[in-house]
Amino acid sequence: MRGVIPGLLKGMATTARTLGKPTHTAEYPDVQPHLPPRTHGVIALLEENCTSCMLCARECPDWCIYIDSHKETLPATTEGGRERQRNVLDRFAIDFSLCMYCGICVEVCPFDALHWSPEFEYAEVNILDLLHEKDRLGQWMPTVPPPPALDPSSVESPELVAANAPAKTVPSEGS
Amino acid sequence: MNAALEVVLRSVIVLGAFLVLPLVVGQMEHKVMAHMQGRLGPMYAGGFHGWAQLVADGAKFVQKEDIVPLAADRWVFKLAPAVALVPYLVALAVIPLSPTVVAADVGAGVLFVLAASAVGILGALMSGWSSANKYALLGGMRAAAQLLSYEMPMVLSAASVALAAGTLSLTGIANAWSPVWLLWQLPGALVFLVAAVAELQRSPFDMPVAESEVVMGPLTEYSGLRFAFFLLSEYAGIVVMSLLFAVLFLGGWHGPLSESIGPVWTLLKGALIAVLIIWARVAWPRLREDQLQRLAWLVLVPLALAQLALTAVWVVLTSR
Repeated sequence: MRGVIPGLLKGMATTARTLGKPTHTAEYPDVQPHLPPRTHGVIALLEENCTSCMLCARECPDWCIYIDSHKETLPATTEGGRERQRNVLDRFAIDFSLCMYCGICVEVCPFDALHWSPEFEYAEVNILDLLHEKDRLGQWMPTVPPPPALDPSSVESPELVAANAPAKTVPSEGS
Repeated sequence: MNAALEVVLRSVIVLGAFLVLPLVVGQMEHKVMAHMQGRLGPMYAGGFHGWAQLVADGAKFVQKEDIVPLAADRWVFKLAPAVALVPYLVALAVIPLSPTVVAADVGAGVLFVLAASAVGILGALMSGWSSANKYALLGGMRAAAQLLSYEMPMVLSAASVALAAGTLSLTGIANAWSPVWLLWQLPGALVFLVAAVAELQRSPFDMPVAESEVVMGPLTEYSGLRFAFFLLSEYAGIVVMSLLFAVLFLGGWHGPLSESIGPVWTLLKGALIAVLIIWARVAWPRLREDQLQRLAWLVLVPLALAQLALTAVWVVLTSR
Protein backbone atom coordinates (compact mmCIF):
# COMPACT_ATOMS: atom_id res chain seq x y z
CA MET A 1 0.00 0.00 0.00
CA ARG A 2 2.96 2.31 0.70
CA GLY A 3 4.32 2.56 -2.84
CA VAL A 4 0.94 3.13 -4.45
CA ILE A 5 0.92 6.90 -4.80
CA PRO A 6 4.52 7.26 -6.08
CA GLY A 7 3.83 4.37 -8.44
CA LEU A 8 0.71 6.03 -9.84
CA LEU A 9 2.52 9.34 -10.27
CA LYS A 10 5.42 7.59 -11.96
CA GLY A 11 3.06 5.97 -14.44
CA MET A 12 1.51 9.32 -15.28
CA ALA A 13 4.92 10.98 -15.61
CA THR A 14 6.15 8.27 -17.96
CA THR A 15 3.13 8.51 -20.24
CA ALA A 16 3.27 12.31 -20.22
CA ARG A 17 6.93 12.24 -21.18
CA THR A 18 6.16 9.88 -24.04
CA LEU A 19 3.38 12.22 -25.15
CA GLY A 20 5.94 14.99 -25.60
CA LYS A 21 8.39 12.88 -27.58
CA PRO A 22 8.19 12.11 -31.31
CA THR A 23 6.38 8.88 -32.09
CA HIS A 24 8.09 5.69 -33.19
CA THR A 25 5.51 4.84 -35.83
CA ALA A 26 6.94 4.05 -39.26
CA GLU A 27 4.41 5.38 -41.77
CA TYR A 28 5.47 2.73 -44.21
CA PRO A 29 3.37 3.01 -47.37
CA ASP A 30 3.68 6.81 -47.25
CA VAL A 31 7.28 6.96 -46.12
CA GLN A 32 9.81 4.44 -47.33
CA PRO A 33 11.86 2.83 -44.56
CA HIS A 34 15.58 3.47 -44.29
CA LEU A 35 17.04 0.00 -44.44
CA PRO A 36 20.67 -0.74 -43.68
CA PRO A 37 22.73 -1.94 -46.67
CA ARG A 38 23.01 -5.49 -45.34
CA THR A 39 19.24 -5.94 -45.11
CA HIS A 40 18.04 -9.38 -46.17
CA GLY A 41 15.45 -8.16 -48.65
CA VAL A 42 15.84 -10.14 -51.83
CA ILE A 43 18.71 -12.08 -53.40
CA ALA A 44 20.14 -10.67 -56.63
CA LEU A 45 22.06 -12.71 -59.16
CA LEU A 46 25.03 -11.42 -61.17
CA GLU A 47 24.84 -14.02 -63.91
CA GLU A 48 28.28 -13.38 -65.39
CA ASN A 49 29.92 -14.42 -62.14
CA CYS A 50 28.08 -17.71 -61.81
CA THR A 51 30.02 -20.84 -62.72
CA SER A 52 27.14 -23.25 -62.00
CA CYS A 53 29.25 -24.75 -59.24
CA MET A 54 26.04 -25.67 -57.37
CA LEU A 55 27.51 -24.75 -53.97
CA CYS A 56 24.57 -22.44 -53.20
CA ALA A 57 21.99 -25.01 -54.22
CA ARG A 58 23.63 -27.66 -52.07
CA GLU A 59 24.07 -25.47 -49.02
CA CYS A 60 20.53 -24.06 -49.14
CA PRO A 61 18.77 -25.39 -46.00
CA ASP A 62 15.37 -25.59 -47.68
CA TRP A 63 16.52 -26.45 -51.19
CA CYS A 64 14.87 -23.50 -52.85
CA ILE A 65 17.58 -22.85 -55.48
CA TYR A 66 17.23 -24.56 -58.83
CA ILE A 67 20.18 -24.67 -61.19
CA ASP A 68 20.38 -26.26 -64.65
CA SER A 69 23.51 -26.07 -66.71
CA HIS A 70 25.34 -27.83 -69.48
CA LYS A 71 28.94 -28.11 -70.57
CA GLU A 72 30.12 -26.44 -73.72
CA THR A 73 33.32 -27.32 -75.46
CA LEU A 74 35.42 -24.42 -76.64
CA PRO A 75 37.74 -25.10 -79.56
CA ALA A 76 41.41 -24.73 -78.95
CA THR A 77 42.65 -21.21 -79.42
CA THR A 78 46.08 -22.24 -80.69
CA GLU A 79 47.06 -24.80 -83.24
CA GLY A 80 47.33 -28.23 -81.62
CA GLY A 81 46.10 -26.88 -78.30
CA ARG A 82 43.68 -28.56 -75.95
CA GLU A 83 39.97 -28.02 -76.17
CA ARG A 84 38.49 -26.33 -73.10
CA GLN A 85 35.15 -26.96 -71.46
CA ARG A 86 33.07 -24.47 -69.56
CA ASN A 87 29.75 -24.50 -67.79
CA VAL A 88 26.86 -22.60 -69.28
CA LEU A 89 24.04 -21.60 -66.93
CA ASP A 90 20.65 -22.55 -68.36
CA ARG A 91 18.44 -21.88 -65.40
CA PHE A 92 18.96 -20.22 -62.03
CA ALA A 93 15.83 -19.81 -59.92
CA ILE A 94 15.16 -19.03 -56.27
CA ASP A 95 11.77 -19.93 -54.85
CA PHE A 96 11.07 -17.09 -52.39
CA SER A 97 8.02 -18.91 -51.10
CA LEU A 98 10.46 -21.44 -49.60
CA CYS A 99 13.46 -19.20 -48.95
CA MET A 100 14.03 -18.43 -45.29
CA TYR A 101 16.41 -15.54 -45.99
CA CYS A 102 19.31 -17.12 -44.10
CA GLY A 103 21.83 -15.82 -46.64
CA ILE A 104 23.93 -18.99 -46.64
CA CYS A 105 23.90 -19.01 -50.46
CA VAL A 106 25.26 -15.45 -50.54
CA GLU A 107 27.97 -16.36 -48.05
CA VAL A 108 28.94 -19.58 -49.75
CA CYS A 109 29.20 -18.28 -53.33
CA PRO A 110 32.93 -18.28 -54.16
CA PHE A 111 32.58 -15.88 -57.09
CA ASP A 112 30.26 -13.21 -55.66
CA ALA A 113 27.43 -14.04 -58.01
CA LEU A 114 24.76 -13.64 -55.30
CA HIS A 115 24.11 -10.43 -53.39
CA TRP A 116 21.64 -9.16 -50.85
CA SER A 117 19.38 -6.31 -51.96
CA PRO A 118 17.25 -4.38 -49.44
CA GLU A 119 14.25 -4.37 -51.81
CA PHE A 120 11.30 -6.13 -50.22
CA GLU A 121 8.17 -5.10 -52.13
CA TYR A 122 7.74 -8.18 -54.31
CA ALA A 123 4.68 -9.79 -52.73
CA GLU A 124 2.52 -11.70 -55.19
CA VAL A 125 -1.12 -12.75 -55.36
CA ASN A 126 -0.15 -16.13 -56.76
CA ILE A 127 2.44 -18.02 -54.73
CA LEU A 128 3.89 -19.50 -57.93
CA ASP A 129 5.02 -16.03 -58.95
CA LEU A 130 7.44 -15.99 -56.04
CA LEU A 131 9.68 -18.32 -58.03
CA HIS A 132 12.14 -15.80 -59.45
CA GLU A 133 13.97 -17.00 -62.56
CA LYS A 134 17.43 -15.73 -63.44
CA ASP A 135 16.25 -12.74 -65.48
CA ARG A 136 14.16 -11.49 -62.55
CA LEU A 137 16.97 -12.21 -60.11
CA GLY A 138 19.26 -10.25 -62.42
CA GLN A 139 16.89 -7.29 -62.35
CA TRP A 140 17.53 -6.89 -58.62
CA MET A 141 21.25 -6.32 -59.25
CA PRO A 142 21.03 -2.50 -59.73
CA THR A 143 19.34 -2.24 -56.30
CA VAL A 144 22.28 -3.87 -54.52
CA PRO A 145 24.02 -1.20 -52.46
CA PRO A 146 27.80 -0.85 -52.65
CA PRO A 147 29.58 -2.74 -49.89
CA PRO A 148 30.08 -0.63 -46.76
CA ALA A 149 33.45 1.03 -46.48
CA LEU A 150 36.04 -0.58 -44.27
CA ASP A 151 36.32 0.63 -40.73
CA PRO A 152 39.16 3.22 -40.82
CA SER A 153 40.42 2.07 -37.44
CA SER A 154 40.49 -1.60 -38.35
CA VAL A 155 43.65 -3.61 -38.74
CA GLU A 156 45.03 -3.46 -42.26
CA SER A 157 44.50 -6.60 -44.27
CA PRO A 158 47.53 -8.92 -44.53
CA GLU A 159 47.56 -8.56 -48.33
CA LEU A 160 47.94 -4.80 -48.09
CA VAL A 161 50.61 -5.14 -45.41
CA ALA A 162 52.56 -7.49 -47.63
CA ALA A 163 52.22 -5.25 -50.69
CA ASN A 164 53.28 -2.10 -48.88
CA ALA A 165 56.20 -3.65 -47.03
CA PRO A 166 59.58 -2.23 -48.07
CA ALA A 167 61.54 -4.52 -50.33
CA LYS A 168 63.93 -6.73 -48.40
CA THR A 169 67.50 -5.68 -48.79
CA VAL A 170 69.55 -8.65 -49.73
CA PRO A 171 72.75 -8.56 -47.75
CA SER A 172 75.60 -8.28 -50.19
CA GLU A 173 78.42 -10.73 -49.96
CA GLY A 174 81.50 -9.91 -48.09
CA SER A 175 80.11 -7.02 -46.14
CA MET B 1 -47.00 26.60 -29.82
CA ASN B 2 -43.87 28.60 -29.05
CA ALA B 3 -43.23 26.61 -25.91
CA ALA B 4 -43.54 23.37 -27.85
CA LEU B 5 -41.11 24.62 -30.47
CA GLU B 6 -38.64 25.59 -27.78
CA VAL B 7 -38.84 22.13 -26.20
CA VAL B 8 -38.17 20.51 -29.57
CA LEU B 9 -35.31 22.88 -30.31
CA ARG B 10 -33.66 22.32 -26.93
CA SER B 11 -34.04 18.55 -27.29
CA VAL B 12 -32.47 18.60 -30.74
CA ILE B 13 -29.53 20.66 -29.49
CA VAL B 14 -28.97 18.30 -26.55
CA LEU B 15 -29.19 15.32 -28.90
CA GLY B 16 -26.66 16.96 -31.19
CA ALA B 17 -24.27 17.57 -28.30
CA PHE B 18 -24.87 14.01 -27.15
CA LEU B 19 -23.89 12.66 -30.56
CA VAL B 20 -20.89 14.95 -31.09
CA LEU B 21 -19.19 15.32 -27.70
CA PRO B 22 -18.66 11.57 -27.05
CA LEU B 23 -17.10 11.24 -30.49
CA VAL B 24 -14.80 14.16 -29.72
CA VAL B 25 -13.78 12.47 -26.47
CA GLY B 26 -13.36 9.16 -28.27
CA GLN B 27 -11.16 10.71 -30.93
CA MET B 28 -9.21 12.47 -28.21
CA GLU B 29 -8.67 9.13 -26.53
CA HIS B 30 -7.47 7.59 -29.80
CA LYS B 31 -4.91 10.32 -30.35
CA VAL B 32 -3.81 11.05 -26.77
CA MET B 33 -3.47 7.38 -25.93
CA ALA B 34 -1.56 6.73 -29.13
CA HIS B 35 0.93 9.51 -28.52
CA MET B 36 1.33 8.51 -24.88
CA GLN B 37 2.34 5.09 -26.16
CA GLY B 38 4.65 6.52 -28.83
CA ARG B 39 2.23 5.77 -31.68
CA LEU B 40 0.36 8.00 -34.10
CA GLY B 41 -3.16 6.61 -33.81
CA PRO B 42 -5.62 6.82 -36.71
CA MET B 43 -4.13 8.78 -39.60
CA TYR B 44 -6.21 8.04 -42.70
CA ALA B 45 -9.96 8.39 -42.13
CA GLY B 46 -11.14 11.85 -43.18
CA GLY B 47 -7.76 12.93 -44.48
CA PHE B 48 -6.45 15.12 -41.68
CA HIS B 49 -4.91 13.02 -38.88
CA GLY B 50 -7.78 10.54 -39.03
CA TRP B 51 -10.36 12.94 -37.61
CA ALA B 52 -13.26 10.88 -39.04
CA GLN B 53 -12.09 7.55 -37.60
CA LEU B 54 -15.06 7.19 -35.25
CA VAL B 55 -17.51 8.14 -38.00
CA ALA B 56 -15.95 5.39 -40.11
CA ASP B 57 -16.21 3.01 -37.16
CA GLY B 58 -19.89 3.89 -36.84
CA ALA B 59 -20.46 3.19 -40.53
CA LYS B 60 -18.76 -0.17 -40.04
CA PHE B 61 -20.85 -1.06 -36.99
CA VAL B 62 -24.08 -0.25 -38.85
CA GLN B 63 -23.21 -2.75 -41.56
CA LYS B 64 -22.50 -5.58 -39.15
CA GLU B 65 -24.95 -8.34 -38.40
CA ASP B 66 -27.03 -7.88 -35.27
CA ILE B 67 -26.70 -11.26 -33.55
CA VAL B 68 -28.91 -12.36 -30.67
CA PRO B 69 -27.78 -15.63 -29.03
CA LEU B 70 -30.34 -18.44 -29.23
CA ALA B 71 -30.53 -18.88 -25.46
CA ALA B 72 -30.60 -15.16 -24.74
CA ASP B 73 -33.50 -13.38 -23.10
CA ARG B 74 -34.37 -11.60 -26.34
CA TRP B 75 -36.18 -8.51 -25.13
CA VAL B 76 -33.88 -7.75 -22.25
CA PHE B 77 -30.88 -8.42 -24.47
CA LYS B 78 -32.11 -6.03 -27.14
CA LEU B 79 -33.18 -3.36 -24.67
CA ALA B 80 -29.95 -3.28 -22.65
CA PRO B 81 -27.93 -0.97 -24.96
CA ALA B 82 -30.72 1.62 -24.83
CA VAL B 83 -30.86 1.37 -21.04
CA ALA B 84 -27.13 1.97 -20.94
CA LEU B 85 -27.20 4.89 -23.37
CA VAL B 86 -30.36 6.93 -22.76
CA PRO B 87 -29.72 7.85 -19.08
CA TYR B 88 -26.62 9.75 -20.07
CA LEU B 89 -28.63 11.67 -22.66
CA VAL B 90 -31.12 12.57 -19.94
CA ALA B 91 -28.32 13.55 -17.57
CA LEU B 92 -26.63 15.69 -20.21
CA ALA B 93 -29.83 17.69 -20.66
CA VAL B 94 -29.71 19.16 -17.16
CA ILE B 95 -25.99 19.96 -16.92
CA PRO B 96 -25.54 23.71 -17.31
CA LEU B 97 -22.70 25.16 -19.37
CA SER B 98 -23.51 28.58 -17.94
CA PRO B 99 -26.50 29.97 -15.97
CA THR B 100 -28.28 30.61 -19.27
CA VAL B 101 -26.92 27.85 -21.50
CA VAL B 102 -28.77 24.85 -20.06
CA ALA B 103 -31.33 22.70 -21.78
CA ALA B 104 -33.46 22.02 -18.71
CA ASP B 105 -32.68 23.76 -15.43
CA VAL B 106 -34.17 21.44 -12.84
CA GLY B 107 -34.23 22.40 -9.17
CA ALA B 108 -32.48 19.35 -7.73
CA GLY B 109 -30.00 18.97 -10.57
CA VAL B 110 -27.34 17.06 -8.60
CA LEU B 111 -29.86 14.48 -7.49
CA PHE B 112 -31.25 14.18 -11.01
CA VAL B 113 -27.89 13.66 -12.71
CA LEU B 114 -26.65 11.14 -10.15
CA ALA B 115 -29.92 9.22 -10.28
CA ALA B 116 -30.02 9.20 -14.07
CA SER B 117 -26.40 8.14 -14.51
CA ALA B 118 -26.87 5.36 -11.96
CA VAL B 119 -29.58 3.88 -14.18
CA GLY B 120 -26.99 3.45 -16.90
CA ILE B 121 -25.30 0.67 -14.93
CA LEU B 122 -28.53 -1.28 -15.17
CA GLY B 123 -27.75 -1.67 -18.86
CA ALA B 124 -24.57 -3.57 -18.02
CA LEU B 125 -26.42 -5.73 -15.53
CA MET B 126 -29.27 -6.45 -17.96
CA SER B 127 -26.93 -7.35 -20.80
CA GLY B 128 -24.88 -9.56 -18.52
CA TRP B 129 -27.94 -11.35 -17.21
CA SER B 130 -29.68 -11.83 -20.56
CA SER B 131 -26.70 -12.90 -22.67
CA ALA B 132 -26.82 -16.57 -21.60
CA ASN B 133 -23.06 -16.47 -21.26
CA LYS B 134 -21.14 -17.12 -18.06
CA TYR B 135 -18.55 -14.46 -18.77
CA ALA B 136 -21.26 -11.91 -19.47
CA LEU B 137 -23.00 -12.89 -16.25
CA LEU B 138 -19.80 -12.59 -14.22
CA GLY B 139 -19.09 -9.22 -15.82
CA GLY B 140 -22.62 -8.03 -15.10
CA MET B 141 -22.29 -9.09 -11.48
CA ARG B 142 -18.99 -7.27 -11.20
CA ALA B 143 -20.62 -4.17 -12.69
CA ALA B 144 -23.44 -4.36 -10.16
CA ALA B 145 -21.05 -4.81 -7.24
CA GLN B 146 -18.97 -1.90 -8.51
CA LEU B 147 -22.02 0.34 -8.80
CA LEU B 148 -23.15 -0.47 -5.26
CA SER B 149 -19.71 0.27 -3.82
CA TYR B 150 -18.96 3.46 -5.68
CA GLU B 151 -22.38 5.09 -5.72
CA MET B 152 -21.99 5.73 -2.01
CA PRO B 153 -18.75 7.80 -1.97
CA MET B 154 -19.89 9.58 -5.11
CA VAL B 155 -23.19 10.69 -3.60
CA LEU B 156 -21.47 11.62 -0.32
CA SER B 157 -18.91 13.84 -2.02
CA ALA B 158 -21.59 15.45 -4.19
CA ALA B 159 -23.62 16.02 -1.02
CA SER B 160 -20.63 17.83 0.46
CA VAL B 161 -20.65 20.39 -2.36
CA ALA B 162 -24.40 20.73 -2.20
CA LEU B 163 -24.08 21.35 1.53
CA ALA B 164 -21.39 23.95 0.99
CA ALA B 165 -23.47 25.78 -1.61
CA GLY B 166 -26.72 25.34 0.29
CA THR B 167 -28.58 24.18 -2.81
CA LEU B 168 -29.11 21.06 -4.91
CA SER B 169 -29.35 23.04 -8.14
CA LEU B 170 -26.32 22.67 -10.43
CA THR B 171 -26.42 26.31 -11.49
CA GLY B 172 -26.76 27.31 -7.83
CA ILE B 173 -23.75 25.22 -6.80
CA ALA B 174 -21.55 26.59 -9.57
CA ASN B 175 -22.66 30.14 -8.79
CA ALA B 176 -21.76 29.68 -5.12
CA TRP B 177 -18.34 28.34 -6.10
CA SER B 178 -15.20 30.27 -5.25
CA PRO B 179 -11.54 29.33 -5.81
CA VAL B 180 -11.19 28.40 -2.12
CA TRP B 181 -13.33 25.35 -2.89
CA LEU B 182 -10.42 23.87 -4.81
CA LEU B 183 -8.64 23.56 -1.49
CA TRP B 184 -11.20 22.63 1.10
CA GLN B 185 -13.30 20.44 -1.20
CA LEU B 186 -10.22 18.70 -2.58
CA PRO B 187 -10.71 15.35 -0.80
CA GLY B 188 -14.33 15.29 -1.94
CA ALA B 189 -13.27 16.14 -5.48
CA LEU B 190 -10.74 13.31 -5.56
CA VAL B 191 -13.27 10.86 -4.19
CA PHE B 192 -15.83 12.00 -6.75
CA LEU B 193 -13.37 11.65 -9.62
CA VAL B 194 -12.27 8.15 -8.59
CA ALA B 195 -15.87 7.07 -8.05
CA ALA B 196 -16.90 8.54 -11.41
CA VAL B 197 -14.18 6.60 -13.22
CA ALA B 198 -15.25 3.46 -11.37
CA GLU B 199 -18.87 4.02 -12.28
CA LEU B 200 -17.95 4.46 -15.93
CA GLN B 201 -16.15 1.11 -15.69
CA ARG B 202 -13.08 2.74 -17.11
CA SER B 203 -9.54 1.61 -16.50
CA PRO B 204 -8.20 1.15 -13.81
CA PHE B 205 -11.68 0.05 -12.71
CA ASP B 206 -12.66 -1.92 -15.83
CA MET B 207 -13.00 -5.33 -14.17
CA PRO B 208 -16.50 -5.86 -15.61
CA VAL B 209 -14.99 -5.93 -19.10
CA ALA B 210 -11.57 -7.30 -18.13
CA GLU B 211 -10.75 -9.15 -21.32
CA SER B 212 -8.11 -11.36 -19.71
CA GLU B 213 -10.61 -12.66 -17.17
CA VAL B 214 -14.17 -12.41 -18.50
CA VAL B 215 -13.66 -11.90 -22.28
CA MET B 216 -15.57 -8.64 -22.72
CA GLY B 217 -17.90 -9.02 -19.75
CA PRO B 218 -21.50 -7.99 -20.45
CA LEU B 219 -20.57 -6.93 -24.00
CA THR B 220 -19.29 -10.39 -24.98
CA GLU B 221 -22.34 -11.42 -27.00
CA TYR B 222 -23.09 -8.06 -28.60
CA SER B 223 -22.30 -7.14 -32.18
CA GLY B 224 -23.01 -4.40 -34.66
CA LEU B 225 -24.96 -1.34 -33.70
CA ARG B 226 -25.89 -2.57 -30.22
CA PHE B 227 -22.23 -3.01 -29.36
CA ALA B 228 -21.55 0.47 -30.76
CA PHE B 229 -24.24 1.85 -28.45
CA PHE B 230 -22.44 0.39 -25.44
CA LEU B 231 -19.20 2.01 -26.57
CA LEU B 232 -21.00 5.29 -27.19
CA SER B 233 -22.54 5.12 -23.72
CA GLU B 234 -19.07 4.75 -22.22
CA TYR B 235 -17.89 7.94 -23.91
CA ALA B 236 -21.16 9.75 -23.24
CA GLY B 237 -20.60 8.78 -19.61
CA ILE B 238 -17.16 10.39 -19.70
CA VAL B 239 -18.71 13.56 -21.11
CA VAL B 240 -21.43 13.66 -18.45
CA MET B 241 -19.08 12.91 -15.55
CA SER B 242 -16.42 15.37 -16.75
CA LEU B 243 -18.93 18.20 -17.18
CA LEU B 244 -20.55 17.33 -13.86
CA PHE B 245 -17.17 17.42 -12.15
CA ALA B 246 -16.35 20.74 -13.82
CA VAL B 247 -19.65 22.24 -12.62
CA LEU B 248 -19.51 20.81 -9.08
CA PHE B 249 -15.84 21.17 -8.16
CA LEU B 250 -14.17 23.47 -10.70
CA GLY B 251 -16.77 26.20 -10.77
CA GLY B 252 -18.05 25.59 -14.28
CA TRP B 253 -18.21 28.92 -16.06
CA HIS B 254 -16.13 30.86 -13.51
CA GLY B 255 -13.09 32.35 -15.17
CA PRO B 256 -11.95 35.47 -17.00
CA LEU B 257 -14.72 36.95 -19.22
CA SER B 258 -17.20 34.48 -17.75
CA GLU B 259 -20.06 36.79 -18.79
CA SER B 260 -19.43 36.20 -22.50
CA ILE B 261 -17.50 32.93 -22.79
CA GLY B 262 -18.82 31.09 -19.74
CA PRO B 263 -19.84 27.93 -21.63
CA VAL B 264 -16.35 27.72 -23.14
CA TRP B 265 -14.85 27.64 -19.64
CA THR B 266 -17.18 24.82 -18.62
CA LEU B 267 -16.34 22.83 -21.73
CA LEU B 268 -12.61 23.45 -21.27
CA LYS B 269 -12.68 22.30 -17.66
CA GLY B 270 -14.72 19.27 -18.69
CA ALA B 271 -12.20 18.48 -21.44
CA LEU B 272 -9.41 18.69 -18.87
CA ILE B 273 -11.14 16.07 -16.71
CA ALA B 274 -11.81 13.91 -19.77
CA VAL B 275 -8.09 13.98 -20.61
CA LEU B 276 -7.35 13.02 -17.01
CA ILE B 277 -9.69 10.02 -17.30
CA ILE B 278 -8.03 9.00 -20.57
CA TRP B 279 -4.61 9.51 -19.03
CA ALA B 280 -5.50 7.21 -16.14
CA ARG B 281 -6.41 4.49 -18.61
CA VAL B 282 -3.05 4.75 -20.37
CA ALA B 283 -0.90 5.03 -17.27
CA TRP B 284 -2.38 2.57 -14.81
CA PRO B 285 -3.03 -1.16 -14.76
CA ARG B 286 -6.38 -2.66 -13.80
CA LEU B 287 -7.15 -3.26 -10.14
CA ARG B 288 -8.06 -6.70 -8.86
CA GLU B 289 -11.71 -7.24 -7.95
CA ASP B 290 -11.04 -7.37 -4.18
CA GLN B 291 -8.75 -4.33 -4.35
CA LEU B 292 -11.61 -2.46 -5.99
CA GLN B 293 -13.97 -3.16 -3.11
CA ARG B 294 -11.26 -2.46 -0.55
CA LEU B 295 -10.53 0.91 -2.13
CA ALA B 296 -14.21 1.87 -2.13
CA TRP B 297 -15.07 0.89 1.43
CA LEU B 298 -11.80 1.47 3.28
CA VAL B 299 -10.55 4.60 1.54
CA LEU B 300 -13.21 6.44 -0.42
CA VAL B 301 -16.20 6.14 1.92
CA PRO B 302 -14.27 7.30 5.05
CA LEU B 303 -12.68 10.08 3.04
CA ALA B 304 -16.05 11.23 1.70
CA LEU B 305 -17.57 11.09 5.19
CA ALA B 306 -14.69 13.15 6.58
CA GLN B 307 -15.17 15.68 3.81
CA LEU B 308 -18.88 15.83 4.55
CA ALA B 309 -18.17 16.41 8.25
CA LEU B 310 -15.63 19.12 7.43
CA THR B 311 -18.08 20.86 5.11
CA ALA B 312 -20.87 20.63 7.67
CA VAL B 313 -18.72 22.10 10.44
CA TRP B 314 -17.51 24.86 8.13
CA VAL B 315 -21.01 25.74 6.98
CA VAL B 316 -22.36 25.81 10.53
CA LEU B 317 -19.46 27.97 11.74
CA THR B 318 -19.62 30.45 8.89
CA SER B 319 -23.39 30.78 8.74
CA ARG B 320 -23.61 32.11 12.28
